[in-house]
Amino acid sequence: MPKSPDIKKVLVIGSGPIIIGQAAEFDYAGTQACRSLKDDGVEVVLINSNPATIMTDKDIADKVYIEPLTTETVEKVILAEKPDSILPTLGGQTGLNLAMELAEAGFLKEHNVRLLGTSSETIRMAEDRQSFKDAMLSIDQPCIASKVVETYADALAFAKEIGFPVIVRPAYTLGGTGGGIAETEEELAQIAPHGLRLSRVGQVLIEKCIAGWKEIEFEVIRDGAGSCITVCSMENLDPVGVHTGDSIVVAPAQTLADKEYQMLRTAAIRIIDKLKVEGGCNVQFALEPNSFEYAVIEVNPRVSRSSALASKATGYPIAKVAAKIALGYHLDEIKNAVTGKTFACFEPALDYIVAKIPKWPFDKFVTAERKLGTQMKATGEVMSISPSFEGALMKAVRSLELNIYSLDLPYYQPMDADRLREELKKVDDMRLFAVAQALKKGISVDEINEITKIDKWFLGKIDNIMKLEEALRSEELTPELLEKAKIYGFYDKVIGQIVGKTDREIKALRLQWNILPAYKMVDTCAAEFEAVTPYYYSCYGSETEADPSSDRKKILVLGSGPIRIGQGIEFDYCSVHAVWALSKLGYETIIVNNNPETVSTDFDISDKLYFEPLTPEDVENIVDVEQPYGAIVQFGGQTAIKLTQALNDMGVRILGTDARDVDRAEDRELFDEVLEICKIRRPQGRTIFTCEEAIAAANEIGYPVLVRPSYVLGGQGMEIAYNDKDITVYMEIINRSVQEHPILVDKYVHGKEVEVDAVCDGTDILIPGIMEHLERAGIHSGDSISVYPAQTLTEEEKETIIRFTKSLATELHVVGLINIQFIVAADGVYVIEVNPRSSRTVPYISKVTNVPIVALAIRCMLGERLRDLGYGVDLHPEADYVAVKMPVFSFEKLHDVDTALGPEMKSTGEVLGIAPTFHEALYKSFIASGFVIPERGNMLITVRDTDKEEVCQLAKDFAEYGFGIYATGGTCQYLRDNGVWARRVNKIAEGSPDILDFIGGGGVDLVVNTPTRGRQHNRDGFKIRRTSVERSVPCMTSLDTARALLTAIKQKDEGELGIVDISTI
Amino acid sequence: MKAYLILADGSVYTGSSFGARRDALCEVVFNTSMTGYTEVLTDPSYYGQGVIMTYPIEGNYGVNFDDMESRRIWVSCFIVRECTTLASNFRCEATLDELLKKYDIPGISGIDTRAITKKIRENGTMPGYLTTNPDYNKEEILKKLRGYKIVDAVKTVTRPEPLHLTGGGYRVALLDVGAKDNIAGSLHRRGLDVTVYPALTPAEEILAAKPDGIMISNGPGDPTDCGEVIANVKKLYDSDVPIFGICLGHQLMALATGASTEKLKYGHRGANHPVKDLALGRVYITSQNHGYVVSKIDENVAEISHVNVNDGTVEGLRYKGKNIFTVQFHPEACPGPQDTEYLFDEFIEMMGGKKNA
Repeated sequence: MPKSPDIKKVLVIGSGPIIIGQAAEFDYAGTQACRSLKDDGVEVVLINSNPATIMTDKDIADKVYIEPLTTETVEKVILAEKPDSILPTLGGQTGLNLAMELAEAGFLKEHNVRLLGTSSETIRMAEDRQSFKDAMLSIDQPCIASKVVETYADALAFAKEIGFPVIVRPAYTLGGTGGGIAETEEELAQIAPHGLRLSRVGQVLIEKCIAGWKEIEFEVIRDGAGSCITVCSMENLDPVGVHTGDSIVVAPAQTLADKEYQMLRTAAIRIIDKLKVEGGCNVQFALEPNSFEYAVIEVNPRVSRSSALASKATGYPIAKVAAKIALGYHLDEIKNAVTGKTFACFEPALDYIVAKIPKWPFDKFVTAERKLGTQMKATGEVMSISPSFEGALMKAVRSLELNIYSLDLPYYQPMDADRLREELKKVDDMRLFAVAQALKKGISVDEINEITKIDKWFLGKIDNIMKLEEALRSEELTPELLEKAKIYGFYDKVIGQIVGKTDREIKALRLQWNILPAYKMVDTCAAEFEAVTPYYYSCYGSETEADPSSDRKKILVLGSGPIRIGQGIEFDYCSVHAVWALSKLGYETIIVNNNPETVSTDFDISDKLYFEPLTPEDVENIVDVEQPYGAIVQFGGQTAIKLTQALNDMGVRILGTDARDVDRAEDRELFDEVLEICKIRRPQGRTIFTCEEAIAAANEIGYPVLVRPSYVLGGQGMEIAYNDKDITVYMEIINRSVQEHPILVDKYVHGKEVEVDAVCDGTDILIPGIMEHLERAGIHSGDSISVYPAQTLTEEEKETIIRFTKSLATELHVVGLINIQFIVAADGVYVIEVNPRSSRTVPYISKVTNVPIVALAIRCMLGERLRDLGYGVDLHPEADYVAVKMPVFSFEKLHDVDTALGPEMKSTGEVLGIAPTFHEALYKSFIASGFVIPERGNMLITVRDTDKEEVCQLAKDFAEYGFGIYATGGTCQYLRDNGVWARRVNKIAEGSPDILDFIGGGGVDLVVNTPTRGRQHNRDGFKIRRTSVERSVPCMTSLDTARALLTAIKQKDEGELGIVDISTI
Repeated sequence: MKAYLILADGSVYTGSSFGARRDALCEVVFNTSMTGYTEVLTDPSYYGQGVIMTYPIEGNYGVNFDDMESRRIWVSCFIVRECTTLASNFRCEATLDELLKKYDIPGISGIDTRAITKKIRENGTMPGYLTTNPDYNKEEILKKLRGYKIVDAVKTVTRPEPLHLTGGGYRVALLDVGAKDNIAGSLHRRGLDVTVYPALTPAEEILAAKPDGIMISNGPGDPTDCGEVIANVKKLYDSDVPIFGICLGHQLMALATGASTEKLKYGHRGANHPVKDLALGRVYITSQNHGYVVSKIDENVAEISHVNVNDGTVEGLRYKGKNIFTVQFHPEACPGPQDTEYLFDEFIEMMGGKKNA
């Protein structure tokens, strides 16, 4: 059946900000689906609050609403745009929940909007625990003994009935938010009430714990005719018990015989058939390792993180096919874009193995609880492809950018077997390395399997890697051994370190012995049919399929690797736009990246895609084959920037700003010279290496000071120090990870923080807009509320900022992008940071100013002048709208992480509020960030002494508006003394009921808590902040943010909010 | 020990030997299934063929002898990228290497199976020679390869004696022209009483037992070589007993009733082949293993019931005025998807509603 003729205009709901459990994979799926709909002549209306996404570009959809993802807003968009249909299955759980609410309320029916793809009955059947269980029962599919409960008493009763341990899973939440394994009644008492609170419908599932079973997933697609295929099977290396998003996953499944594989495949097809899904669906199974017993864990009737992984693992574009099915096409009518000949109705055959490893934020949140369980903690993931498991695993490990290139981690090396046995019991992000070390120390595969339940096949393969490492250590390096090491994915530098040679010497040996990487194609069909998509991975001992011949100049665009805090989807946006701009100019584009969730690794974005680790060796191998005309590193965040030197050494032309000038911006002393020449001030600072030097420097320039490593990423390891003791503590933490570069100590200057991105052609600059941070300096720019256009700057201050930007860009010979952060203080403008590359604000500022920043930067890099490009020079005229970028955090998923904001970035994503006035935009951004804005209620204030004076006015304003003010001893007294009627709450030490009971008991609607001394362990403040997060009570850790909230609360009374189609800006 | 695979086009691939250490002459084909090596090795349809597995790691879950689809391995030699001895499965009784040694079948690993697959895709299936002798005489081997043809395939693989599987339902005669065990198994599991007959059993003998239905199995080789069997199948066709044919059985029925068969360039071998059931309008993923397809069908004799979505070739026929239907693919799966098992139920329905178990 061809496309249904009455589908002309479709509303697509995106997934909102990046949070743990819902990341870039939905931008990938949404972008692919929107393009697919447009190909069919359908008008696409998009709503998504996340401005960093590619899907919210006006090239992707016809109408783009960067608006809060709430039912009210979606209703407004529907009323304004009158779409005939809505596609809810591409925006993750957020999109699905919204569509369900609209369907249940009858709104869709009332306005003749059809739900495309999967019906609301199907969604309900899959999402509601009890209906799902009944549905499974009706087709003889076993589920795990479980019961939906709505009270803690029922939860406990059922847990006792089926026996501990039990798993708690809240209904309708993402990434298992609020769930967990309860081993005892005490643990259940902690987890279950929390889960009940977080569930949209106040239900949790209490489930028999089957930890240790194999976890197997299938991606299944079904069309309107009932034809079903499975795109991919995936097996988790980590058995059931670890969230699949936190598991190391391989595709296809490795340890299932055909009998088990087909049993589960048939079950998956029967399930999708029962649910009558039209589109993509993910089915998760648990398989008892010693029998044919299995159970259905979960079904997601939508695209998901797993479907993105399956798409990249197989080359089968699930979201695109799902969108076509939603339009009415059948699988055998949709062409397979990879072969161009066959159809989407087949099952991909792989002739390689794919490994995915999650990227966790524990390198940034050093205090976070690293234990893995049913609640996802990873922010992103890497994927690698190889014909051998060993090769895939080793490539994935080095793609994580943890400075880890082998499984033999120094941390575990000193441990003896007994200590390692203990380590093996810890289910955390380091388990892979503990396993490797245990094998190295002679603990048997059987014993490790006994402890970890990781399948012996995986353990044996890891053992192969460790044995090969031992062979390199003890045997002579022969061509055979070196080739085997390369087949196993060993990095030249690692081989060199083991055999006592440099990486260059190993490479020379490889050339001499003809051990060269071959590039094979991902073609969906194991070479059965000719493929037309150049999507490559490397391997050894093979014939290459890469074809470097081209009649165009080739440009290498280096991607940004896995999504992490500080380097998110924004950089993928920039990479993709760089590719599009280059293509338009007639260049052949080559992307190198390893993140399966992103748009940049979709095989039809660039002319060629190399799915490879972003390391010097892996990139050099590609350069050797492709011999590109040049490379672009400005758009791939620190990941790409770090490769600049290596690319230079390879003789590759770096397009845009010269590497030496990049160094002049990043090196403290060189940059001081630059500032000297430009006559621009910055806060006084020193470069130091040791703790003693740091203390000396701090005393010389005066406290408070900022302490951080140079070559930073998202303020990694940055702290404000108020005294010598603080410095001692931070230096110890910073030095825990190896520092190749010096550490910086800077004077902390009070003032407004202002940020610009500028395009430069070497002579002229174009600033699309000046952004002002709502919080004063001291909070990382990525965590600040950012306002465009700047609201409180004088014309003179703006002039200074333009002048400084121009003079810095000129002096640094910037060609392409530059990002500068300023502090506007009482005594003038300071520069605090210059980054001669793309920044995380580029996507949002491009959208709200309508200046195609990345494309202009690319054209400058290739020699064009800004004056000829039609967007003017200096400051672009200000837009008629105000845009407020609001950070979004994932604190509820990361236990033991302090929520207090500071110079170290903590947010995982962002949303945008856009409106004709600042107040409305601010209000919208609060709603979009998921903030439940309390209209009235109780406000709890505990602030550090230095904030007491300032908080009085704020408390007065909130009280005047109708909030009851509560405070602990000192603050309370201070407020009363200053005419604010505050009620007193006990501090933790003062006995029950104390402040935590007060928050926990639901008595508080808003908390303002400013942290006392940086990281100094004020456990009270920390507990207050954590309790607030866990009780979903908004907690402001900056008075500026609290002030902004009050502005927003007042705006709420101003009447209806409007919506803005940004494609009209 | 090194092993060498010499292809008819003169190319040589050097890898490591596993399984038996002996030479093998074969027709090289590739299979894209990602699981099911035991079933593939023991499928009689592979008689005379060397099978390349395109999936790069074989042996992961070891071997369970219950998974064998016939009494021995029929594949001439096994060509893989990696044959692992890490065999992890609760049913594992032996490693892949041990299975090959037990049935004296050689294998080669450590070679670029994708490169050979592409070669076959471009040039068609070709004869090949596997040896562990480093001093092999290439010219002589190439001469052998030029004359290679699979002969007497069905006679070799069919069972020597009839076999009876007692059941309470309909009585089915299964003509074994190279049957995989799960064909009889699929019938027997449905409660049917199954008698398996050797390929050259005269039609009269089969019909004399008055079966309620006849099943003609899969099997190896060029279907046009099976003149004697085709003559028997024609008699079965004329008998009015309901018939269900699979793979070679489907081709033999077509040849018996006036259609032709053609050799495909590189065949269909794998577990991912889409087949559209034209009556239901639905596509099913099927297990396939065939080098020939049916062509030139007389519309008055049979109508096409199933087609291959990838290349449009005939995948199923329904015979007009007869209770006969045949399919090119493998509804008995093993290895591969079980999506078309419903055809066995249709066969039972075709036999009538009376004695259904």
